Amino acid sequence: MIGFDTSLIEWSRAQFALTAMFHWLFVPLTLGITFLIAIMETLYVRTGNPEWKRITKFWMTIFGINFAIGVATGIILEFEFGTNWSNYSWFVGDIFGAPLAVEGIMAFFMESTFIAIMFFGWNKVSKGFHLTSTWLTAIGANLSALWILVANAWMQNPVGMQFNPDTARNEMVSFWEVLFSPTAINKFLHTVTSSYMLAAIVVIGISSWFLMKKRDILFAKRSIVVASAFGLLFAVITITTGDSSAREMAKVQPVKFAAMENHYHGQAFAPLVAFGAMTPDADTAKKQNFIFKFEIPSMLSYMAFASPSAYVPGIYDFTYGNQEHGIPSFTERMEKGKLAIQSLASYKEAQKNGNDSLAQATLSVFRDNYQHFGYGYANAPEDFIPPVKLTFYSFRIMVFLGGFFLLLFIYFFWMGIKNKLEGKRWLYITAIFSIPLVYLTSQAGWIVAEVGRQPWVIQDLMPTMAAVSKIEASSVQITFWLFAITFTALLIAELKIMFGQIRKGPQNEGGH
Amino acid sequence: MTLETLQQYWWIVVSLLAAILVFLMFVQGGQTLLYTVGKTEIERKLIVNALGRKWEFTFTTLVTFGGAFFASFPLFYSTSFGGAYWVWMAILFAFVIQAVSYEYRTKPNNFLGQKTYEMFLLLNGLLGTVLIGTAVGTFFTGSAFSVDKTNLLNLTGGSNAISAWEGPAHGLEAVLNFTNVALGLAVFFLSRVLGSLYFINNIEHNEIMKRANKQLLINSVAFLVFFLYFLVVVLLKDGFAVDPTTGVVSLEPYKYMNNFLAMPLVLVLFLAGVVLVLAGIGITWLKDSRKGIWYAGLGTVLAVWMLFLNAGFNNTAYYPALDTSLTAGSAEWTAFMQSSLTIRNSSSSHYTLTAMSYVSLLVPFVLAYIWYAWKAINNKRIDEKELQDEHHSY
Ligand code: HEM
Repeated sequence: MIGFDTSLIEWSRAQFALTAMFHWLFVPLTLGITFLIAIMETLYVRTGNPEWKRITKFWMTIFGINFAIGVATGIILEFEFGTNWSNYSWFVGDIFGAPLAVEGIMAFFMESTFIAIMFFGWNKVSKGFHLTSTWLTAIGANLSALWILVANAWMQNPVGMQFNPDTARNEMVSFWEVLFSPTAINKFLHTVTSSYMLAAIVVIGISSWFLMKKRDILFAKRSIVVASAFGLLFAVITITTGDSSAREMAKVQPVKFAAMENHYHGQAFAPLVAFGAMTPDADTAKKQNFIFKFEIPSMLSYMAFASPSAYVPGIYDFTYGNQEHGIPSFTERMEKGKLAIQSLASYKEAQKNGNDSLAQATLSVFRDNYQHFGYGYANAPEDFIPPVKLTFYSFRIMVFLGGFFLLLFIYFFWMGIKNKLEGKRWLYITAIFSIPLVYLTSQAGWIVAEVGRQPWVIQDLMPTMAAVSKIEASSVQITFWLFAITFTALLIAELKIMFGQIRKGPQNEGGH
Repeated sequence: MTLETLQQYWWIVVSLLAAILVFLMFVQGGQTLLYTVGKTEIERKLIVNALGRKWEFTFTTLVTFGGAFFASFPLFYSTSFGGAYWVWMAILFAFVIQAVSYEYRTKPNNFLGQKTYEMFLLLNGLLGTVLIGTAVGTFFTGSAFSVDKTNLLNLTGGSNAISAWEGPAHGLEAVLNFTNVALGLAVFFLSRVLGSLYFINNIEHNEIMKRANKQLLINSVAFLVFFLYFLVVVLLKDGFAVDPTTGVVSLEPYKYMNNFLAMPLVLVLFLAGVVLVLAGIGITWLKDSRKGIWYAGLGTVLAVWMLFLNAGFNNTAYYPALDTSLTAGSAEWTAFMQSSLTIRNSSSSHYTLTAMSYVSLLVPFVLAYIWYAWKAINNKRIDEKELQDEHHSY
């Protein structure tokens, strides 16, 4: 907006990105390792072999350390919707709040109740009860992911709602439509399965360290077999759901899709840039700026619309319009958006003055233009182009590393069942370095999803500038640094404790 | 169900969650007693482990309370969190540092050192209780904010935010009003009363028992002083009444007292709550009972729950807008008050409240499994021997 405090938006976004990315350092491991632990404990209960119990307990300790900081970083996110994006909270609270509430009632309590039995119940409840609790902890953790991802998917693809002009906000009309939107299903499946991959890589990496140190060999080998089988299965699903996410994106968020592919001018038989490098000014220059690129012909058309001849619109077409393909320009949409906003204002005014016919007339103008509502808040069409470079590179990092991890799982699994895991130093080193890489992959996924949709908080309806709270940028700056420092300190603590526990290794214990 | 019924139902649910939260803040109160009741390393270990098996319930209840409030009364979430930025941030911060402290406190290589994590627990206990209590105080005393939904439709530049907070303190100014602070301190001392009762109930250790008994007495007196002060002020003050037909908000003398009289059941349950809290303290002190926490806990839930119902029902604005810098009675002052939030003007739609009501049917089921799970592992008091045998201790 003219005269609007852009630094407030920037700092609010920075704070959200910071806290979300910190939180996401801990969540995916929780989502996956809880299932791995449940599988290991099941093997213990089935076989009665105490080695499996030792293995289970070791990974449980690692999980506990990770879980605590996940909880610490998570509480901020829920409340940040209110503190920093207060307009958003009100505009869509009717829809967005419900998943958060359900998350608390259904998932968090389940997780925190059964986690206690998992940690403290070994000597107090029966084996079967304990095992059930471990499974329920995993299910609880994943259920909470379900609800928050449904909420996120809804922001990307707002369905199941209707704008109520009298309350001037969106209201839910179908809970099921929100829950089962294709975006929500893809997002949930892709996010949780990719998190299972992450957990599998972490388990394999740490186990490889033991093999390298020639310690706890049996423990390490068994952990690797379970984790690589688990990782392999879910790598396949991750790739499949990643692919369907991209297809869905081409439909409901075509601008994000174009940015992710740095696809500037629309065309049929559009090639896919498998990899390439962009010039430093690629975000601002008005053309496709590759220094070099490696293309697969017609692949983009095929990937997006399952047909090599399909026309794939590019950033240029959205920004400046393309009549031939019926794509309105951002400028046109901005005008319509302004019209929507103004007619809603007139409607309110007319209603207040009891002028029914004017109210009806303005309301119908509003309805005709509502789908462009959010565009009315910006000044320049370029405001609607997300950062292209970051989105483009992040997507490629995710996909290439995803392929690499798939191969790694296959190799580890094969070597594991052939019992040939010993003495492979280069393999151990690769696995250990894969741990930071898999975290990078997972963060890159969120960068694609979130940076790629800028400036939208809710696709087409509310941009960041209309969503932000009215506070001083300096306040947000202070809390930003407060969180940056605190979370960094806690992260260091977490890593140091974690390394200490790994060095200690799985513990022998008397009894049972 | 009608929208009005649903709004009332959700106000009851949200209030109940708030009430349970206050009870569960015995964890926070217990944390502030760490050094007062625990004099040796082993005693502190017992205390931390006793609390460490409960802290997540408090935390989860806080998060659920937030989510449920957001879903049912989004305008509150938007106005209060976005406006009273600093209070909420301070509260959240206090909970962030708590969440790691149990798990990391005694682990080797924990970077910040055991003392720091213990300080985190003390800080969480102090800030968490005092600030939440103070923030709830503003439900009766009012805050300086304004809500104007047409801001969203403003295209002439400037903020589109529909609510604005007056003054730079963003909520921290609530501590300048002693009525709010009195409630904050009452919650703080109550949490210490409950914390002491919890130790008495849960830990098998003579010294801890003795000191907890002493703390129980001191904190009960302090609690009663601040609580009664707050109660008397609120019952005698003018309250924020809403005209049910026009929605106009105005000050009404003795509003909160009138609310109790107009809703006798609320009054009776409130008084029963207070009596139960006193009974819990009494049987512990006079009869050496170890079950005081149950009476005081139930009493806390009832009293807090009814206090919230008093604030929101009977045509009352539960989150009043008041600018004390304007001349009382002036036109601007009255106009300012119209931004006040009521359960009617701040709620979600009929559809959402209905959908959420189905979800709320899960609550008894959730409570049942929590109960069952806890009975399974908590049937015995915690003692030194147990900690030695335990694989996972804090
Ligand atoms: C290898 C093939 C993969 C493909 C084709 C793929 C595709 C995608 C796409 C298109 C998105 C954006 C979805 C949206 O914005 O709506 C996405 C997001 C994401 N990806 Fe991937 N991905 C792959 C592998 C991975 C791997 C290996 C990981 C992590 C270990 C991962 C983690 C994520 C995460 C966390 C998100 C954000 C959540 C979401 O939007 O679903 N992805 N992925």
